[in-house]
Amino acid sequence: MATRKSNTLKLKFDTSWSYAPAPESKSAATINKQYDLFINGAWQKPSSKKYFDTINPANEEKLSEVAEANEADVNKAVVAARNAYEKVWRKMSAKERAKYIFRIARMVQEKARELAIIESLDGGKPIRESRDFDVPTAANHFFYYAGWADKLEYAFPNRNPQSLGVAGQIIPWNFPLLMAAWKIAPALATGNTVVLKPAETTPLSALKLAEIIQESDLPPGVVNIITGAGATGAAIVKHPDINKIAFTGSTEVGKIIQKAIAGTHKKATLELGGKAANIIFEDAPLDQAVEGVINGIFFNQGHVCCAGSRLYVQESVAKQVIKKLKDRLESLIVGDPLDKNTDIGAINSKQQLETIHKYLKIGKQEGAEMYETSCALPRKGFWCRPTLFTNVAQSNRIAQEEIFGPVLAVLTFRTEDEVIEKANNTPYGLSAGVWTDKGSKIFNMTRRMRAGVVWANTFNKFDPTSPFGGYKESGFGREGGLHGLLPYLNLAN
Amino acid sequence: MAVARSKTIVSDFSLSPHIDQVGVEERASRFTKRSIKKESKLNGLLLTLNMIDLTTLEGKDTDGKVKQLCYKAMHPYDAIQGLPTVAAVCVYPSMVKVAKKALDGSGIKVASVATAFPSGQAPRDVKIRDTKYAVANGADEVDMVISRGKFHAGEYNFVFDEIASIKEACGEARLKVILETGELGTYDKVRRASDIAMHAGADFIKTSTGKIQPAATMPVTLVMLEAIREFYYKTGKMIGMKPAGGISKSKLALHYLVMLKETLGEDWMNNHWFRFGASSLANDVLMQIVKEKTGLYQAANYFSVD
Amino acid sequence: MEKSIKKSSLSVSPNGLEKKTSSKRLEVLKTYKIYIGGQFPRTESGRFYTPVNATGKKLANVCLSSRKDFRDAVVAARSAFGKWADRAAFNRGQILYRMAEMLEGRKAQFIDELMQQDATKAKAEKEVNLAIDRLIYYAGWCDKYQQLFSTVNPVATSHFNFSVPEPMGVVSIIAPQSDSLLGLVSVIAPVIAGGNTCVVLASETKPLCSVTFAEVLNSSDLPGAVVNILTGKPSELLPWFVDHMDVNATIYCENDSTNRKMLQEKSASNLKRIVFYDTINWYSEKGESPYHIMDTQEIKTTWHPIENIAGSGGGY
Repeated sequence: MATRKSNTLKLKFDTSWSYAPAPESKSAATINKQYDLFINGAWQKPSSKKYFDTINPANEEKLSEVAEANEADVNKAVVAARNAYEKVWRKMSAKERAKYIFRIARMVQEKARELAIIESLDGGKPIRESRDFDVPTAANHFFYYAGWADKLEYAFPNRNPQSLGVAGQIIPWNFPLLMAAWKIAPALATGNTVVLKPAETTPLSALKLAEIIQESDLPPGVVNIITGAGATGAAIVKHPDINKIAFTGSTEVGKIIQKAIAGTHKKATLELGGKAANIIFEDAPLDQAVEGVINGIFFNQGHVCCAGSRLYVQESVAKQVIKKLKDRLESLIVGDPLDKNTDIGAINSKQQLETIHKYLKIGKQEGAEMYETSCALPRKGFWCRPTLFTNVAQSNRIAQEEIFGPVLAVLTFRTEDEVIEKANNTPYGLSAGVWTDKGSKIFNMTRRMRAGVVWANTFNKFDPTSPFGGYKESGFGREGGLHGLLPYLNLAN
Repeated sequence: MAVARSKTIVSDFSLSPHIDQVGVEERASRFTKRSIKKESKLNGLLLTLNMIDLTTLEGKDTDGKVKQLCYKAMHPYDAIQGLPTVAAVCVYPSMVKVAKKALDGSGIKVASVATAFPSGQAPRDVKIRDTKYAVANGADEVDMVISRGKFHAGEYNFVFDEIASIKEACGEARLKVILETGELGTYDKVRRASDIAMHAGADFIKTSTGKIQPAATMPVTLVMLEAIREFYYKTGKMIGMKPAGGISKSKLALHYLVMLKETLGEDWMNNHWFRFGASSLANDVLMQIVKEKTGLYQAANYFSVD
Repeated sequence: MEKSIKKSSLSVSPNGLEKKTSSKRLEVLKTYKIYIGGQFPRTESGRFYTPVNATGKKLANVCLSSRKDFRDAVVAARSAFGKWADRAAFNRGQILYRMAEMLEGRKAQFIDELMQQDATKAKAEKEVNLAIDRLIYYAGWCDKYQQLFSTVNPVATSHFNFSVPEPMGVVSIIAPQSDSLLGLVSVIAPVIAGGNTCVVLASETKPLCSVTFAEVLNSSDLPGAVVNILTGKPSELLPWFVDHMDVNATIYCENDSTNRKMLQEKSASNLKRIVFYDTINWYSEKGESPYHIMDTQEIKTTWHPIENIAGSGGGY
């Protein structure tokens, strides 16, 4: 057996045995040619008379067109929500409320396959993720909060929790259905009514959810789903009869919202950007750590606010980890989101792809070393190869700013103190990851990370029972778990 | 091939990397999410067939039984032309001579278990004689078992030296080292045993004897494949992998191939470096191959049971 | 017993040189300084103001703190944060209790100051007593609120998952203008009980107790810089209190819609958390609550895998 010098050794992942395309069938989903606004339990034409296209980012083909809600439409939705709140929803017994939410959960499960296909078509995420993560987690979220509806007084000792009224909810394009569930489920369980706006690039799954809600016989106006872009969102934020704003999106827009509601009594939850540190110590289970890092940054094309976009590796294992990362990168399959074998789908929009390209350029200019996989990319649509930068400095912009794409910045460290300081050295504080086999170190590290979610020896795990939300400029309020009830309640006794 | 010398590869095996159980099982289950269809399914099945060590390891084995198995190895399903043969026939040392003769000229290897298989509870000189007997009778490959008792007692040097001495007894025959992972208890120990075996001179590492449950599982195999990868990067030496026991369905075998492809890549995607230790897998693979070719779902009665 | 000791100590001068003419003795006036980093500096600006009471009597020359004093105080508070948050909860409770003890010991002085600031004796006594009791109330909470507001979350995967409150960091507080002692104590105590550090702007019109309270803090076991107290004008300092990028939360206690709006708008600079206590009657039971501690806490959720080796399920 001939042995070669280890630094020239390379594994070949482009094997003669390859996977044939395994596309999920589009015919299992029905998408209308046009969608109106879901207000007061019915589909209503927009008073703007305008519709805009939503496309499939994987091939740039039009999927459907959806109504653009203007201020008058927003007002109509808020009036419907207010009426439903005052006349029906707040008066209904909590047990009955719970049953409606349970029913919605079941129906989401029943239509899981269709929802998954729509989610992948409209947003570009791999069907494996929408099928195995987005849709089931969304259903579970409804299930979890349904059960809280008649048990709220147990959640807040010595308080008598009261609903707020009408919640205006604005959600992003990275997890369209799941974010709708994260917003709607706790709002309904706590007795509020809802006006929800999905992102303009990914409205279809929320509109499908509106169909489900209609089918569930939820009283008209309890949930209103209206589509539109930034102006529609702004109209929701500014509407005087809204009691609560829940927003998930960029820190930039979060700050605008915070200013816009100043001087009002609107309660707010903001779930914003992040630049999570994922920290690997030399005593970590390295292969699992590498897998965690891969899932941490390439899950959903890196369009994840809690993505582990800064990797800190202890110097003694840095070479080894980078080699493992590169090997793992090679086995990632980029391509058709509907193919069951796809690991990395399409970038959500042209605009987002441009942002990512801008950062790739910046990274190279800053002197970091760029490595991308050798995979081929489809010609149409928006695509980005999984990429990692090595030799990154803490002061590089790619290590400081949220890229929101499949781009990992790799930095090294020597001591625990050093990495704690570097990891916390950011305006964000949404999530962090720690990999080490030493229990006492885990507790030290997880305590010292200034972040709302800390994953130790795992990453990017979510559960309806588990609160999620940020410190610092990653926003405030929690979603999920018992703590996720609070943003929708008034505890004044 | 030089005999491994423990002096030159001093290694503290208690420092073998640790494995996070939940993480490795998540990764293993991710391989099962690959959808293998059409030509990749057919090609995968053919490759699987070619990687099988057709095995009979029973007290009631006879010359007749072994001969029938060897015929099956050479002619898995004559109704279809051009099918590959299996990789090897695996028998007890006493049956090596019969198998060798039956397989003569076929290119199919004869593998023999040895070293007081399956328990390994015998003195070292007995194990060495067992090995030498198998090799002298024509075994191309020797499947040894490690001393799990000594391993659990922390006597890693004992385990190491034993493997090294069996390797020496093998001469030209390739040595597969069975860790019997079902008796090791944790992935940490699977990894440690893999490291010991590879450093001591194993050509292959193998999960199980097939006599203990659980036998091969995907996460266990993944831990071993990752150990092989690291050993390769450290030394440049390729080590083969053989999951054995519990793999009886084609679909599962294809999942293993996916795992192999995405962990070690092209160089290992052949029967020189990867084997399935199985007896009933072959027929399921054949049924699936015929289904792919004819479009009809198959029944077991149309495939010979050997 | 106590009285008799005092009497005798009055009648016998330590050095025996008692002067019969001491009725003309000039009173020593107290200099009211600010409290930053465990020190009592004068404002760096050199400015002061002279609040007067209802009868027009000048209370004292009080530091008119500047934005630079605030800046220095935030630096001090930030540097103290890590160690204070790391203190054992039990230890924080002991320190808050010690603060109550020290306050009790200087009760007379606080009552006197409150009376200078227009309180009746009865009201002043009530306020001081309540302030002491409030510290004790929160001393007791230091190692309990975590148990009340933490959760272990039953996630569906093989992970151990728990959520615990953690202090936000540096909190800037504009203390209530009225209830200058009770209000001050009521807003500081839950903030530090939860492991935060703070910079407090005392009541502008009634600042005396705040400076004396700083002396109480300084003589208790509270590490310097955990609480920093400034005197001055909210109208001048308010924007700085909420603008500062190294402040994590701001507490405001007045019902002033213009200021509320300004605070909310400016808080967007770094998305600091804004807490309004404008409707709270500090004398009522609502003036104290573990939910006030939670107002300056973040919830952190931690995940870790649980090993679950096949076959080990029989352990039950």
